[in-house]
Amino acid sequence: MSKSIDRKWVWIGSALLVVALLVLPFLVKNYRVFQFNLVLVYAVAILGLNILTGFNGQFSLGHGAFYAFGAYTAAILMSLYHVPYWATLPVAFVFCFAFGFLVGFPALRLAGHFLALATFALALAVPQLLKYKKIEGLTGGVQGIVLSKPEPPFSFSLFDQPLSPDRWLYFFTLFVTALMFLFAWNLLRGRVGRALVAIRDHPIAATAMGINLPVFKSLTFGTSAGFTGLAGALGAIVVAFVSPDSFTVQLSIFLLVGVVVGGLASIPGAIFGGIFIQFVPNIADEISKSAPAAIYGVLLIGLMYLLPTGVMGGLQRLWMKLRARPAG
Amino acid sequence: MSKLLEVNKLCASYGATQVLYDVDFSLEAGHITAILGANGAGKTTTLRALCQVVKTSGSVVLDGTQVVGKSTESVVRMGVAHVPDGRGTFTGLSVEENLRLGAYVRGNKAEMMEDMERMFTRFPILKQRRHQQAGTLSGGEQQMLAISRALMLRPKLLLLDEPSFGLAPLIVAEIFRIMRTINKEDRVSMLLVEQNASLALDLADHAYLLETGRVALSGPSDTIKNDESVRRAYLGY
Amino acid sequence: MEALLYQIFSGLANGIIYGSVALALVMIYQATHHINFAQGEMATFSTFIAWWLIQSGWPYWGAFFFTVAVSFAGGLLVQRIILRPIEKAPVMTNVIVFIGLLLIFNAFSGWFFDHTIKSFDSPFPKDSALTTKYFSAHQFGSAGVLLLVLLALFAFFKFTPIGLAMRAAAQNPDSARLVGIRVSWMLGLGWGLAAAIGAIAGMMVAPIVFLDPNMMAGILLYGFAAALLGGIDNPLGAVIGGFIVGVLENLLGAYVIGTELKLTVALVLIVATLTLKPAGLFGKKVVVRV
Repeated sequence: MSKSIDRKWVWIGSALLVVALLVLPFLVKNYRVFQFNLVLVYAVAILGLNILTGFNGQFSLGHGAFYAFGAYTAAILMSLYHVPYWATLPVAFVFCFAFGFLVGFPALRLAGHFLALATFALALAVPQLLKYKKIEGLTGGVQGIVLSKPEPPFSFSLFDQPLSPDRWLYFFTLFVTALMFLFAWNLLRGRVGRALVAIRDHPIAATAMGINLPVFKSLTFGTSAGFTGLAGALGAIVVAFVSPDSFTVQLSIFLLVGVVVGGLASIPGAIFGGIFIQFVPNIADEISKSAPAAIYGVLLIGLMYLLPTGVMGGLQRLWMKLRARPAG
Repeated sequence: MSKLLEVNKLCASYGATQVLYDVDFSLEAGHITAILGANGAGKTTTLRALCQVVKTSGSVVLDGTQVVGKSTESVVRMGVAHVPDGRGTFTGLSVEENLRLGAYVRGNKAEMMEDMERMFTRFPILKQRRHQQAGTLSGGEQQMLAISRALMLRPKLLLLDEPSFGLAPLIVAEIFRIMRTINKEDRVSMLLVEQNASLALDLADHAYLLETGRVALSGPSDTIKNDESVRRAYLGY
Repeated sequence: MEALLYQIFSGLANGIIYGSVALALVMIYQATHHINFAQGEMATFSTFIAWWLIQSGWPYWGAFFFTVAVSFAGGLLVQRIILRPIEKAPVMTNVIVFIGLLLIFNAFSGWFFDHTIKSFDSPFPKDSALTTKYFSAHQFGSAGVLLLVLLALFAFFKFTPIGLAMRAAAQNPDSARLVGIRVSWMLGLGWGLAAAIGAIAGMMVAPIVFLDPNMMAGILLYGFAAALLGGIDNPLGAVIGGFIVGVLENLLGAYVIGTELKLTVALVLIVATLTLKPAGLFGKKVVVRV
């Protein structure tokens, strides 16, 4: 009896959620919608990092580099080659996948803090690389590249609010995000997911069971980079601007914060992570310019002590406690 | 003859898993006592419990002082030297540095140098390899190094965990011969954990047999050695 | 020829700074087998403390030694309070906490001392007797200070019982306990020393690059490269690595790549070292059986 009630509630809840999501952009101001778009973008980026670090145990402090690579790919394609915005996404994914796969190879030899170190170095080097004068023609140098937000393909209005570019991008981003999450979920729940976790927890045993470690780990790196790179491209479209100083090591650190807050090896947790890293700096900035960093720092340490499985893990445990209570 | 070590109702666990149940035994000063038993009986755990490396309850009194509840470092300072299973050598440091560390808590440099020379006399191969990285020594040499390091403490009680493990019979015989010498000449009391029962019984004065965390049998080693039914039932030979 | 010599000597002078940051990193690595990602930010914060003391009227060397002492204590406390509880936790947990510390120290620097760029005077004034043809007084002076520090540390680790105990505790904490070493305190000591060295490095760097919360970020990267190149467990190697990195930076910058891609050079160095010669040029390859 309780099982079918459970089921019914899940369906109703999900349906309500979907309706809410679809109507949301028309209930709030344009700027808020823009922020929501970024939440979704970050969620996908965090999901990418989580595949590598959470599920596969390979530490990356440099995912900002892949994000930047994807963002610049989209920006260059759109500004120099007039590629339509939606077409840049698959290209960004493929390029970043390849980039990540290549990075994956030296990463094979590194473990734990050495991998963290190498990726940290990558993150630190990226802005300087993007400002390099010799490729200024492509990257726009220090000034970056300015893009224009795509116009919605039709006009539409709800609650007196028109379908602005930001709102149109909201639906686009929502669609892409849903796709990527579905992709990740599919990928991770089967043999691939189990293999990833096996490699993370018992690498020697995994090899003994026939998993080709080098190939798998590099493919994981590539896939992870592809996700984050695609997020970067999406981000470029949403923000309509890329510049080297948008992609400092801080971005890589914030993505990591998102993974930790949401929960390592949790797919839905990535959404919490996205909400977190988008909105906390906005609120904290009002206290002090340094406040967001301090809060993140305290949070990272606090979470490692108290809630190592992140928000999702904490919620899961709470849910299990509630369900374990006898009925009536 | 006073009891150097008295253990009463010793219980030990790894996390939630209890391994020792109300173990009682004692050790006379100057004696060699053996703890025997099959794999998983709790022999290594007993030694670890004495050093407070695992969670314990009960009473362990060394020379009149209670040990349970102290930190491992404090127990060592009371004069307990433990040669763990796997030797526990500092593989990245030189042979000489390993020996120096053995005397870390003693603080008297002159005595330490004296002791080091005695170790080198007893185990000439260590003197040869004095400045070599300990990790490059063979199994038998590492065992000699581990025992020497423990002796550098001038311990009241020497704990040895499976000194014969993984070593060729000739080397084992040599090491056991030296241990007998150390016991006789330097009057070092020893508590020896061994799977190789016959070797242990030849060396020890007294023996305890552990079976799944409890003392199943105890007595002078001669008695146990000569009791055929006990040997067959518990010691497999 | 003159220009080449200038580049080399200038590289050596920079190299001393990279070497000292590398030294701090090696200190912590030797003691704890962890890489302290927060090293740069801690050093910056220490330097701000020194700056503030000098602004308040303290004489330079008084502020210097006080800052070193405070940094030592601070490093010790950080290890005892924040890191000790997670000593046995997986590597990932530790790295995340280090990043947390990085953020906190960076935030503190900005919070207490604001973000404007400040100047920091060198204790070795420009026209003193120390100025030579290829080295400024400051470069010569900081070289001397850092070399002294290095010698002291080297002697400490090699010849003193505590130094040996620290190395033992780092390599094999379980066996270290069995010889009576208080392992936890050894780790704290390692952190204290690293924080102190970092503070000295920061105070030597600040007169050159000016003081602001992000002062050490790039230098930290060079420090990493130097530490890896020299062998992450070898203090002497760290300093030599620093010299190599400093000279390479200048030579590549002047003759090959131009000065804009310096951080990329560091990155390439790091990756190359980690993949081709992980033990570095002078590190000991410890034999480990699986």
